[in-house]
Amino acid sequence: MNATRRTQNAERRKGARTVAVLFPFFVLRFAFCVLLLVLWHLAVIVTATTIFPSPLDVLRGLTELPHLAAYTRDSLFRVSAGYLSAVLLGVPAGLALGWWSSLARAANPLIQMLRPISPLAWMPLAVIWFGVSNLAPIFLIFLASFFPIVVATMNGVRNVPPVYVQAGRNFGLSTRALLVRVVFPAVLPRILVGLRIAFGVAWLVLVAAEMIAVDSGLGYLIIDARNAGKRYDLVVGGMLLIGFIGLALDALIRRTEKLRFVKWSFSE
Amino acid sequence: MRHFLPLTGILLFLLFWHVLVATSPGTLVPSPLQAILGIVELAEKGLLVRYIVASLFRVTWGYLAALLIAVPAGVLLGLWRRGEVAINPILQLLRPISPLAWIPIAILWFGVGDLAAVFLIFLASVLPLTLTTVNAVHNIEGVHLAAGRNFGLTTRELVRSVIVPAILPQLIVGMRITVGIAWLVVVAAEMIAVNSGLGFLIVDARNAGNRYDLVVAGMILIGAIGVLLDLLMRALERLPGVRWGYAAE
Amino acid sequence: MKVVFSGISKTFGGNRVLDDVHLSVREGEFVCLLGPSGCGKSTLLNIVGGFLQPSEGEVTIDGERVTGPDPRRIFVFQERGVFPWLTVEENIGFGLFRQSDAEKRERIAHYVQLVGLKGFEEAYPRELSGGMKQRLEVARALAVNPDVLYLDEPFGALDSITRLQMRRELLRIWQAEKKTILFVTHDIEESVQLADRVVVLSARPGRIRRVLDVAIPHPRDLSDPRYIALRDEIFGEIGLAHQV
Repeated sequence: MNATRRTQNAERRKGARTVAVLFPFFVLRFAFCVLLLVLWHLAVIVTATTIFPSPLDVLRGLTELPHLAAYTRDSLFRVSAGYLSAVLLGVPAGLALGWWSSLARAANPLIQMLRPISPLAWMPLAVIWFGVSNLAPIFLIFLASFFPIVVATMNGVRNVPPVYVQAGRNFGLSTRALLVRVVFPAVLPRILVGLRIAFGVAWLVLVAAEMIAVDSGLGYLIIDARNAGKRYDLVVGGMLLIGFIGLALDALIRRTEKLRFVKWSFSE
Repeated sequence: MRHFLPLTGILLFLLFWHVLVATSPGTLVPSPLQAILGIVELAEKGLLVRYIVASLFRVTWGYLAALLIAVPAGVLLGLWRRGEVAINPILQLLRPISPLAWIPIAILWFGVGDLAAVFLIFLASVLPLTLTTVNAVHNIEGVHLAAGRNFGLTTRELVRSVIVPAILPQLIVGMRITVGIAWLVVVAAEMIAVNSGLGFLIVDARNAGNRYDLVVAGMILIGAIGVLLDLLMRALERLPGVRWGYAAE
Repeated sequence: MKVVFSGISKTFGGNRVLDDVHLSVREGEFVCLLGPSGCGKSTLLNIVGGFLQPSEGEVTIDGERVTGPDPRRIFVFQERGVFPWLTVEENIGFGLFRQSDAEKRERIAHYVQLVGLKGFEEAYPRELSGGMKQRLEVARALAVNPDVLYLDEPFGALDSITRLQMRRELLRIWQAEKKTILFVTHDIEESVQLADRVVVLSARPGRIRRVLDVAIPHPRDLSDPRYIALRDEIFGEIGLAHQV
């Protein structure tokens, strides 16, 4: 069995090498990107649209995006404030709910009820409570990330192999020490996966919240570019910017999966 | 006794909510009872069914269209390494663009209406579903593929009788997460881009006369339907053909 | 008597898995609990370890009733029990939180040496072989200086060559450290190679069928007629012909 897998892998490696010599991966990637850009450009020319921008228009638009630095800063501030407070509250809450099952039984229906309410549906209430300020979108981002983090942590705790907990108890650990020294490190990999999913949702909600509730940030940039003069080159430029920043933040979160003490769960 | 704790949790929450509203005079936030009456009012006006159907209609079509494209595309990219290498950077770049950032484009292409919302749901679902499928194909045990080939299956038979059954458990988990996102996006899209549906209800109730009882009624409906969609997906996880994939949980 | 089981029974939802087990273990003795799968031998070990409560009867250690897990008695799982997020050193030091730093360092160094993991102090369990992980778990247990060790089929997941080496290692450690050992296994040869006494359990519900003294000095010669006679006697006891 191992032998077949080894030969297969060897063959695959050999195949990959041949391809790599003819078409290194970056050439493939680059070629495909260029192809897409050319198609996009041709589509704009063929349809003779005057509204939808060509790639060149977008590039030009990117250089004249208004308040770029300030808007990016506002967005980053909101997303980190909401997300980090959700992490700080959500992880301990999830640990507690996973550990004390009666607590989970009492709180679970509430969580299950509140969780699927789209965070954006809270917007009117957020505006009552916090007014039109930074706090309203921060609250929405908090809601968007809090529930996924709690649920991921809680499920993680429930799936910790019982031998770890038994071993910890055997060495005479108190409940507190058991949670800190055994349960938390054992669920950390799953928490990190939850954090990454939660961040995806937070980023999505940030953009929507800024389109509706405030007058700065990357979401506002897009809606404003459309409303104030149908500047679709700026719209698409803003979208690309949102994509790049989201990608960079995701990569940052992904790096945590490479930390020494969680790598055991991600390798292979 | 089995229901004692869950019921207590809910009752305490409702009581807390009620007392909080009752002790803050002049608040715009409705009490639980007012919110329920709001739902009744919506039902009487005939808006309840109309808005729910409108939202579900958009989610269903956008999501199904995404599924129809994402699964075959994901299987193809999962098996065809060079294709995946070429396309992956584009997928990675598109993924973090919030689907809602496409709203201006959606309106430009499809006008203000159902189609724009369906398009946004499609966008929100198609990337996560494709990436889940690609991952699931990569996770198939090499020995299963080898066994299939050993029995002389053609590529087509291999897809049908080994690959699809093998990816189903992971695919269903991805489908469940994606339905959650699609539901979130439809509400946001309806708040901005159309004038019917539960998201529109919330914005409209606030803008047209600060009817916060209807706002909260809308939130409750959104939550309840979200729970039902999730339950529906969870039911899929209990199908006999996929249970093996969740044995550890 | 170090460990005394008096009238232990255990029922899981109407299913009786252990029935009226009486057994006494002397200080420093190596006892194997031997039986077919599902005979409740692991349940018995979990009861003496304090992880399960018996339905009837009680276990005492040094005259004190067992009510829960206790760091004076450590349970060794099949290598699954090592913590994957800690290095070899950190795993061995896991139970040493009451000791001073200097003592902790000294003990870690001692047990790294004893179980032959020198050079792997900084390694994570995923970088170790199955046998090394098993030795690591034994070292983690020994580091807190318990008087009793419970081993639940500790070598079950290892290949047969490693398993033989591990038995030799365990005997060496046992002779060096003078611990009382309760060892659960379903491997007849293993029990006769290791134990001072072999306790043969019957299939469900688990009862003690027979207790055999293995009066062969270590190191045991596997072609010694006394070894073969004892082994065949247990094969007969369990009702297996010694043939393939």
